[in-house]
Amino acid sequence: MDKSIDDIRGEAIESLAAIVDSESLAEWRSHYLGRRGAVAVLFRQIGSIPAAERAEFGKRVNALRGELAGAFDERAALVESQRLARDLETDEIDITLPAHPRRRGGLHPSTRTHREFQTIWADMGFQVYRSREVEADDFNFSLLNLPPHHPARDMQDTFYTSDPRVLLRTHTSPGQIRAMRELGAGGSKPIRVILPGMCYRQEQVTARSEIQFTQVEGLAIGRNIRMSDLKGTIAEFARRMYQPDARVRFRASYFPFTEPSMEVDVECFLCGGKGCRVCKYSGWLEIAGSGMVHPDVLRNGGYDPAEWSGFAFGMGPERIAMLKHGIHDIRYFWGNDLRFLRQF
Amino acid sequence: MLVPISWLRDFVDIDMPVELLAERLTLAGLEVAHIRYIGLPQQHPPSLRQPTSDHLVWDREKLLLGRICEVRAHPNADRLVLAMVDYGAEELEQCVTGAPNLFPYKDQGAIDPPIWCALAREGATVWDGHSEKPRKMTLKGRELRGIYNKSMVCSEKELGISDEHEGIIILEHDQRYAAGASFADVLGDVVLDIEFTPNLARCFSMIGVAREVAALLDKALRYPACDFLAEGEPISEQVAVDIREPALNPRFTLTLLRDCQVKQSPFWLRRRLQLIGQRPRNNIVDITNYITFELGQPLHAFDYDELCKRAGGAMPTIITRLPQPGERLETLDDVVRELGDDTILVADAAGALALGGVMGGGDTEISDKTRNVLLEAAAWNNISIRKTIREQRLHTEASTRFSRGVHPSQAILGGARGIELMRQLGGGTVARGVLDVYPEPPPTVTVALPIARATQLLGMEVSLDLAADVLRRLEFAVRIEGEIIHTTAPDHRLDISADSAVGQADLLEEIARIVGYDRIPETIMADEMPPQRENAPLLIEERIRDNLVGQGLYEVINYRFTSAQAEAKLLPDNMISSLPDADYVTIANPASSERDVLRHTLLGNMLENAINNARYNKAQQVFELGSVYLQTGDLLPQEPLQLGILLMGARHADWWGGGKSPDMDFYDLKGLLESLLHALHISDFAFQRGTHSSLHPGRSADLLIAGERAGSFGELHPQVAQRLKLTAAKAIIGEFAVAPMIEHARRLHDIAPLPTQPAVLEDIALVVRADLPASEVEAVIRQAGGRLLKDVALFDIYTGDPIPPGKKSLAYALTYQDETRTLTDKNAARIRKKIIGAARHRLNAELRA
Ligand SMILES: [Zn+2]
Repeated sequence: MDKSIDDIRGEAIESLAAIVDSESLAEWRSHYLGRRGAVAVLFRQIGSIPAAERAEFGKRVNALRGELAGAFDERAALVESQRLARDLETDEIDITLPAHPRRRGGLHPSTRTHREFQTIWADMGFQVYRSREVEADDFNFSLLNLPPHHPARDMQDTFYTSDPRVLLRTHTSPGQIRAMRELGAGGSKPIRVILPGMCYRQEQVTARSEIQFTQVEGLAIGRNIRMSDLKGTIAEFARRMYQPDARVRFRASYFPFTEPSMEVDVECFLCGGKGCRVCKYSGWLEIAGSGMVHPDVLRNGGYDPAEWSGFAFGMGPERIAMLKHGIHDIRYFWGNDLRFLRQF
Repeated sequence: MLVPISWLRDFVDIDMPVELLAERLTLAGLEVAHIRYIGLPQQHPPSLRQPTSDHLVWDREKLLLGRICEVRAHPNADRLVLAMVDYGAEELEQCVTGAPNLFPYKDQGAIDPPIWCALAREGATVWDGHSEKPRKMTLKGRELRGIYNKSMVCSEKELGISDEHEGIIILEHDQRYAAGASFADVLGDVVLDIEFTPNLARCFSMIGVAREVAALLDKALRYPACDFLAEGEPISEQVAVDIREPALNPRFTLTLLRDCQVKQSPFWLRRRLQLIGQRPRNNIVDITNYITFELGQPLHAFDYDELCKRAGGAMPTIITRLPQPGERLETLDDVVRELGDDTILVADAAGALALGGVMGGGDTEISDKTRNVLLEAAAWNNISIRKTIREQRLHTEASTRFSRGVHPSQAILGGARGIELMRQLGGGTVARGVLDVYPEPPPTVTVALPIARATQLLGMEVSLDLAADVLRRLEFAVRIEGEIIHTTAPDHRLDISADSAVGQADLLEEIARIVGYDRIPETIMADEMPPQRENAPLLIEERIRDNLVGQGLYEVINYRFTSAQAEAKLLPDNMISSLPDADYVTIANPASSERDVLRHTLLGNMLENAINNARYNKAQQVFELGSVYLQTGDLLPQEPLQLGILLMGARHADWWGGGKSPDMDFYDLKGLLESLLHALHISDFAFQRGTHSSLHPGRSADLLIAGERAGSFGELHPQVAQRLKLTAAKAIIGEFAVAPMIEHARRLHDIAPLPTQPAVLEDIALVVRADLPASEVEAVIRQAGGRLLKDVALFDIYTGDPIPPGKKSLAYALTYQDETRTLTDKNAARIRKKIIGAARHRLNAELRA
């Protein structure tokens, strides 16, 4: 009987060593360790073993079972790792085939720029205030210090509606009056808002000019708002929007609703200020118009200009997106060609 | 306005490179848009970035002032002559030239006085006068029809002064320069092109710019002489003035020059007009132009004898008045003009003579035969001039200035300087005195500026002395009293307000501008911060955008403009429109007839996009979030925010895994919408059969939020699709009101605890009437299933054998679960029985075997 256990062990170990695939492995397991396998047969023989040898025999069969199970696990691990290695070699796919497309989507570039603006201004305490696009002449002009026949009305080619008192706003500035009146509590509370939105001008549509465009205007009103605050605030915006060390320059300019008025230039972020085609070799890009809120505008918003002061600024998101992305044609923005929109 | 530096230097010393001056002017609000160089080199101050100019730089050694002493015939060519040029050397230089303006001197012997010209010597670079395209060339000695030639007398084109190449430049003698002088010193120049904002009306002249330069550089300003030699009969005996509308014509002055000669202006005057883009005509007209540009005071010259003739030999009276009904005037440009009711006219007893401040009439214009010149220098109301410009569509140098505002004080200066120049250049005798009618002098403006106000508003320490100095440089009269600066605005300024707060702002702007905005520090606002409030509608809008982008949609933004006809195309025949029942906001001056109203729906322009995009895209998924404009009776329209969605084409574009991708359909948009509403935590919504007139009635639905219709979606109505030729694939579109989404979106919502007990899953298939909506079947199942039925999911719809005709099989996956105990198969079987019973009873449904 002893001989038989040793024979089985020798035979099993030898045949196991020759196995290289999982099917033979399963066969081997059933042959030796299965319910009707060689080891099970040995166990069944226990009853026929003389009582004195029975314990010893049982121990040896148990040991054999343990040994074969261990050898099997070892061999199985080896076979599996070899299979994997083989698969890695042969199971190659053509990685140059096109991808299975995923649904993609994207925000309009104008929305993206507005969000960038809003995030930066929100950090500086400026909240979004939105106001209407179809406006009363008063709000778009007269209350902003642009009475009828003011020369600056020529700077803005206005879309009028069939009611001559009503027009499409030419800038977001009428929102200044509305914000002051709504949030200022009769000229008694400070204000910090940005006014984003669509504006309209009666122009020839070309690669450089559109009949509708968005603006972001900012307004800060307080008891002690200084021109230096305007400079500091816009410079901070520019450093966050463009580059951390961007230089900013202020040029005297004219807007009827601010005085003093300034244009804001930022060092050209395309050439680093060295001069390029886009900045017309000046090293500067115009990014905003700004100024101290005109005393008459403060009055029209309900504030006493002897006690209160403020600053305002306006920027054009499309222009900034054009500069940032090298877009040469402003008509792309409302053309909604998916081939354009997909690039953002 | 073009501003030659040579002209500016008449009034102020400039001791910095022109490029830096241009930069200073730009920073001070006089934007130099372009710098034109004439012969002089561009300078490159290290602090400055600027475009490189490719103009011709005149070689100081080789381009010289010459004198042509004699013109000889060319021995071998009739069309050429030999100009003998003195350029300060021992010998005359012989130049072969074909210049027609030298032929009159041919073989006439010594020319006395000699003709001053520009001589280019061998090695000099000039523009090629014969080349169409700009091309530079360098002079080399060579034979021209047998005569060796190494120099050239130059045309304006060859020196880059103008395109003139008919003859050579002929200058007048200028005592400052001798033959052989560098030509760059004689005619070299730099011209600034300055753009003025409307507040800078006072700068619209050489003296106006010079005043700014003087203030910026802290230099003295030299005014031109404004007195005249008058030896004739007093003017008051020769003409009268009658102002009928003093508000429109606050001042009218006249001077008179008798016995002058109308002829070509001298070279220096023609040259200056040419530099600023004006065409020289004759000395009298040129001087009116010259003064307009030099002093900013437009002048108008009348032929005095014509006026006398019109007065029938009596003393003429100039009348300024409004037109009579139906009155017309033929202006200098030969246009007969209908006159608006409030057009101010210059007239005499016989009729209108000129559009005041805008343009003269033909009858009394200066001609070659004019002997006696009556010179008008007047002031006009700028708003009145603006109206005339608009009505007549007539822009002149005069109207440009008067429409921006010219202070009446300037009239007397302009008139005096003008008549004296005319006398000097045309000869004759000036009548004594100025006829000056000045019914409405503007009030003198004084502003008191407490210096503390300047410091506070500018955010930097401003000393009394500094502020006073800056204002004096700008010709304000200044008096300091304690801490207050009392100023009186100079009489050329109309832009300083008498209102205390506005006047102070006017002065602060001047101080900041001249001191330089770069001197103001950058500070952080120290002022009280307003309370920070959340903008809930905006947050929800942004969540809508993000959700739709996450679902694979691109955002579009369209023109708000459309036309009623374009929107009418969205309505199928014989249907009642479900577009908003409101009037359009109609544009009075539309960009085009396709864009003459503001939209009532987002769908029109989105379908337009779809047509364009279908050419290049197998699939489109876009949305727009924007207003529509509803005129409902108030002055201003409502501008409700709408959400538009469009899906079209393959569900899986560019799929190559086998089989063709089906097109997107109603259910894609429905799913997208559910997912959006879910993201907004809006639970109270439902769908019902669609009612939108632009949608397929059987393949569309209305969205209800909290029981109210909030929009519609589905397949575009086939007839509309046909009309729009949008037939490549079915367009699935929807438009929704955003307000109910904002109103019902929940910012706070409870989270259900995770189940601890296992669920029992089972499937059930019911055979029902084919036209029974699935939502009704689900409702019955849910009701019968009760509390323990957690989920009902439709996973198969089947018709055909063995399902009898007129029936369909709906298969649902059901999930049963009890939070407090483990459900047994027995429990589940009981629920199932109830469901089947209810379905049989209420829907006449059979359980499918
Ligand atoms: Zn650049």
